[in-house]
Amino acid sequence: MEDTAIRLSNVRYRWPSSPHPVIDIPSFEVARGERVFVRGPSGSGKTTLLNLLGGVAVPEAGTVTVLDTDIASLGGARRDAFRADHIGFIFQMFNLVPYLSLIENVVLPCRFSPLRQQRLAERGASLEDEARRLLEHMELAPDAHDGRSVAELSVGQQQRVAVARSLIGAPDIVIADEPTSALDADARRLFLDLLFREVEDARATLLFVSHDARLAQAFDRSLALADINRVAT
Amino acid sequence: MTVLPVIGLTVKSLKNRLLTASLTVFSIAVSVMLLIGVEKTRTEARASFANTISGTDLIVGARSGSTQLLLYSVFRIGNATNNISWKTYKALAGRPGVAWTIPLSLGDSHRGFRVLGTNADYFRHYRYGRKQPLAFREGAPFEDVFEAVLGADVAQTLGYRLGDPIVIAHGLGRESISDHKDRPFRVAGILEKTGTPVDRTVHIGLAGIEAIHIDWKGGARVPGMGKSVDEIRARELRPRSITAFLVGLESRLGVFAFQRSANEYRREPLLAILPGVALQELWDLMGTAEAALSVVSVFVVAAGLLGMLTMLLSSLNERRREMAILRSVGCRPVHVFGLFVAEAATLTSAGAVTGLALLYGVLLAAQPLIDAHFGLFLEIGAPAAREIAIVALVFAAGTLAGTLPAYLAYHRSLADGMIVRT
Repeated sequence: MEDTAIRLSNVRYRWPSSPHPVIDIPSFEVARGERVFVRGPSGSGKTTLLNLLGGVAVPEAGTVTVLDTDIASLGGARRDAFRADHIGFIFQMFNLVPYLSLIENVVLPCRFSPLRQQRLAERGASLEDEARRLLEHMELAPDAHDGRSVAELSVGQQQRVAVARSLIGAPDIVIADEPTSALDADARRLFLDLLFREVEDARATLLFVSHDARLAQAFDRSLALADINRVAT
Repeated sequence: MTVLPVIGLTVKSLKNRLLTASLTVFSIAVSVMLLIGVEKTRTEARASFANTISGTDLIVGARSGSTQLLLYSVFRIGNATNNISWKTYKALAGRPGVAWTIPLSLGDSHRGFRVLGTNADYFRHYRYGRKQPLAFREGAPFEDVFEAVLGADVAQTLGYRLGDPIVIAHGLGRESISDHKDRPFRVAGILEKTGTPVDRTVHIGLAGIEAIHIDWKGGARVPGMGKSVDEIRARELRPRSITAFLVGLESRLGVFAFQRSANEYRREPLLAILPGVALQELWDLMGTAEAALSVVSVFVVAAGLLGMLTMLLSSLNERRREMAILRSVGCRPVHVFGLFVAEAATLTSAGAVTGLALLYGVLLAAQPLIDAHFGLFLEIGAPAAREIAIVALVFAAGTLAGTLPAYLAYHRSLADGMIVRT
């Protein structure tokens, strides 16, 4: 087992309708357990990079290796399963499924990942107990929200639920895409503290993408998407 | 494994859109109720129609069309163009192989209900439904010339009881000016309900028919010749002619031989028909209307399913984010497809089951009314195989319709991936 969590080499990607590539990354690596900040304004190919890492898109040239697996070598269904097993995603906002309860939202990835379920079972934790534990760690009281729609939560609370969801069943990698841009300063600080603590606890690799360079100092390493992506503007 | 992860989401997702979902279910339910209701009524009407008369091998009347003969002799609709003579009746009734005959004499009415002249054999041999004999709710067959037996509807509609006097009119008008007021009949018996035209018939003896026509010539009363009831009783009232007669044979094997001999009868032009065959012919005449009704209700179901399709399609846009979230946690596009198909299947099956429940509710409530007004008894039992087949077909059609939004959602979630660009 190598100690690289993510490795991109000579990756190029073009939208089907466009003659120009949006991604052209000769080399990019993230070590296991590393917490990396990637600064990227919108339009810099950020979304495409995330889709490539999540296996939702495959590069037209080069290789995307996640946890020693060449993503492009997997079929569509295997890529979805791989994502479910190994990567937790946190997005800018609207992370929650409106018709599911707090707990149901947190355990959602386990529906699609037998591996996450198995990991929890090995630790002797039920899905619901683990969801409660994570929510409490994220300073949320799951029972206080019983019977209410998750849409009633504040944006800051919703983002913390998303962290709990990304971490359930101990995935290897957490990828966060502008998770704090909808939060005010206090909520942002709380969010980052809790995220860091939980990622550390889970010994997960963290890839954090944001346009806000002020956040970079808390990370092991920080880089700009423009430094690695040759087509970035 | 393919659909399993999203199965639990279906009901929760629909619950989230409770109002539109329940309206959709309701519109499917109403359409299913209508379709199965029409189907049930059709089958029951056909069965009840075919059961109007049973156990009778042949109906014999003056030569005309078989449908016309059936209509006036069994359904009391329309009139005979000609009568057959009493002599001919006697001759045919006396043939070897004939087990029984019932003479029928029509042409008079009582307050809108047809009057049938017959004899005691009617109550002995007439069968309807599954060879059920006529039963008396009250009283007994007529014995005297001026006694009548009422069908159940006649007694109920006009509020007659045993012993009440009634006036039989000559001709068929409701308020006939030629009421035979001077010779009233007494109600001697009231029959149980049969769900057939018998319920709407006033039965009197053949002698009674003759009695009310004494002193009448050519449809008008001969003035100054009013005979008293006692005078009439004293006379021998033998009918000169009847309208038709029913024949029961000792063996069904003789049916065609008897039919041929009646049809070729020399002294008088006659027509003998097999009731089952004639009923079938008559029903087929109404086949177009029946088919039209079915087609309409099929289209109503199609409209219900289109409503569901509209609901699912219009939700596609607002659910893009939801699909993106599901994709990010590992949901495959085929799961998205499955989610939408499962929603369509859930809506349709909920609609179909609710429709069946509604139908049974309506049947329970309306059964006595339909029975009373149309003489159609709708049996309430477990759903017939045909009804279950309809429900299954609606379910299949709804699920199939669901593949359209499912396919669109599948396609979009492939394109959107985990992030919806707005």
